[in-house]
Amino acid sequence: MGAGVWVRGFGWRHGGRRDWALRGVELRVERGEKVLLLGASGAGKSTLLAALAGLLPEDSGAQEGAIEIDGRPAGEARDGVGIVFQDPQSQLVMARSGDDVAFGLENRGVPTGQIWHRVDEALHRVGFPYHRDRPTAALSGGEQQRLALAGVLALRPGLLLLDEPTANLDPAGAALIRAALARAVDADTTLILVEHRVAEALPLVDRVVVLEPGGGVRADGPPEAVFAAHGDALAAEGVWVPGRTIPPRRAAGPAGEVLLTAERLGQPPRLSPTDLTVRAGEALAVLGRNGAGKSTLALLLGGLLRPGTGQLTASPELAGAHSRTAPHRWRAPALTRRIGSVFQNPEHQFVTGTVFDELALGPRRTGVPESTVHDRVAELLGRLRLDRLAAANPYTLSGGEARRLSVATALATAPRLLICDEPTFGQDRRTWRELVDLLADLRDAGHGLVTVTHDAEFVAALADRTLSLTPPDGDPESR
Amino acid sequence: MITLEPIARPGAPLARRNPVAKLAAAMLFALPLMTTLDPVTPAIAIAVELAVLPLFGVRLGLLARRAWPLLAAAGGILVTLVLFAADRSGRVLLDAGPIVVTSGVLATALGLVLRLFAVALPGVIVFATTDPTDLADALVQNAKAPARFAIGALAAFRLVPLLGQEWQMITMARRARGVEAGRSPVARLRLFVSTAFALLVGAIRRGTRLAVAMDARGFDSGVPRTFARRQRFVAADWLLVAGAAATGGAALAASVLLGTFRPLIG
Repeated sequence: MGAGVWVRGFGWRHGGRRDWALRGVELRVERGEKVLLLGASGAGKSTLLAALAGLLPEDSGAQEGAIEIDGRPAGEARDGVGIVFQDPQSQLVMARSGDDVAFGLENRGVPTGQIWHRVDEALHRVGFPYHRDRPTAALSGGEQQRLALAGVLALRPGLLLLDEPTANLDPAGAALIRAALARAVDADTTLILVEHRVAEALPLVDRVVVLEPGGGVRADGPPEAVFAAHGDALAAEGVWVPGRTIPPRRAAGPAGEVLLTAERLGQPPRLSPTDLTVRAGEALAVLGRNGAGKSTLALLLGGLLRPGTGQLTASPELAGAHSRTAPHRWRAPALTRRIGSVFQNPEHQFVTGTVFDELALGPRRTGVPESTVHDRVAELLGRLRLDRLAAANPYTLSGGEARRLSVATALATAPRLLICDEPTFGQDRRTWRELVDLLADLRDAGHGLVTVTHDAEFVAALADRTLSLTPPDGDPESR
Repeated sequence: MITLEPIARPGAPLARRNPVAKLAAAMLFALPLMTTLDPVTPAIAIAVELAVLPLFGVRLGLLARRAWPLLAAAGGILVTLVLFAADRSGRVLLDAGPIVVTSGVLATALGLVLRLFAVALPGVIVFATTDPTDLADALVQNAKAPARFAIGALAAFRLVPLLGQEWQMITMARRARGVEAGRSPVARLRLFVSTAFALLVGAIRRGTRLAVAMDARGFDSGVPRTFARRQRFVAADWLLVAGAAATGGAALAASVLLGTFRPLIG
């Protein structure tokens, strides 16, 4: 049985915040409707989903208006609502796949005799390919997310909420989830989906609702009508509106001198021996399935990991006086002046308490005089639209801001070579465009650029050359 | 690397027993050993522990690998006592300048090492033969532990191995930022503390997300919980508990009869 949703003038302000995350939302969703919820970053999409799922405790903030699900307040209707979040790692509770699906059934007091039947049924519905004893730790991201979906579907929710369920997955994993959703969600279930990548979500929905940042609902209706009327504004705000391509930025001239040479560079069992050269003024994209060792290659090229096989040589142009030693032997300050690395998770790289100090750290560590440090930080803050946040704690930034900051910190020491691991992962269209422009400018100024990525559009927009990795041999279960 | 998976043959007669029974048996067996300082009681206990090992389906080599921190601790105790013990009574066995090893020192050290093994091994055996999920289930079903605690701890436990990978990542990410301790011990300590802080921030965030996800699936929502896997506590489990208590007591009694008993207090 599907559930009907009635949101009446709803607003929510998180405890300790001045601004409302969400305000004045009016929305009615009938049983069995499939809704795509859109809005710029910070428009309150995730907050609305959490409210619908009854996951905003009264004492954690201030509420206006009301949400009713089948006539009951959302907080009391939780047994009829299921929600799947972004990160598969932090949704799985149990060590065995079947136990994880059973977890919700146990919590809801389903009699023991029915549990395993319902577990198997849910696993089958999402197309889970393994036995229910399969350890959850041995699953790929896409498989884990499928399992999380099964755990929610086993509870037979009338209202299914999906909060960017494919944002943390590679394209193959995201395709698995979309296939599982298309297969598992029946006509009766009400669905509300939050997703940046609109084109991929459209086959699942029949209605689009756009939240207005600052309050209210901006648009509501069939996808074609909404995008015809609001497509340009949405695209400018960062939503991936279908059919709007971004012009590519190719290198203006030929590639320059060699910066790094890798010969049979590898790291068993994660990366097979690989040959490559990295040049100045060229954007090299490293592609390959999950498990092919892309991130490992990025760490090796970044001088952060000691090579397991082969060797990495830095040319005198890049290394200066250090060209006789391999990058992984350089002292950290010498490394960071020559090769910058941007990690997939920006928070791994944050060391200080403010955005300003974060940007000043590299220059200070490498002996830049304090007067110059100030100018350099001010320039970067402006270039990456972080000026207003100079005093903010890096851990409180939004995903897009944290990504911009992590790139800016790598640029602060002006390295000749920049290595990025999935820089566009989970980013909205606006941040995505800014990253492409920034990296293209760097390349055109003669820097070398290596990007490890799954993002085909990013490769099409920026890469001058690509390298495809294949998973190492003898790894039957590449993830 | 922290491994939590059981290492036993699952079909072994005692490995199959209820996890709560195994835990209770281990505690009751070890309890009497803690009341004495003599080497005889723990020696008997260790003999018993090694004798029942096959019944738990654990091979000696695997156990040794799992118990290596114990071996290291034992080595530490031995060295410390031989070098620093105040009581240097008994016959002199070795006189190498400042280091004087007497029979008294050796007996004390041996007693301590044996006690360490005798008390810790039952616990090692129980955790080596028990699936953590089964333990949590049994704690809730048979020992009436609150599900909020047992299942919550189980879920948190599953995130522990991730911390090791995370630590490595943070260390590399900081090197990329130009942050490295080098040789100075003060810088090393400061970097250790700040890396630990970053790890903690990440762990708390992940833990919070997990708690919300568990909440959304109805965990601890006031509905009486049912169980997908029934854990039974049968006569054989009672027998194991009683047997363990009796054997532990017997080891102590043997020591009293042999006149080697040295009570911890008095």
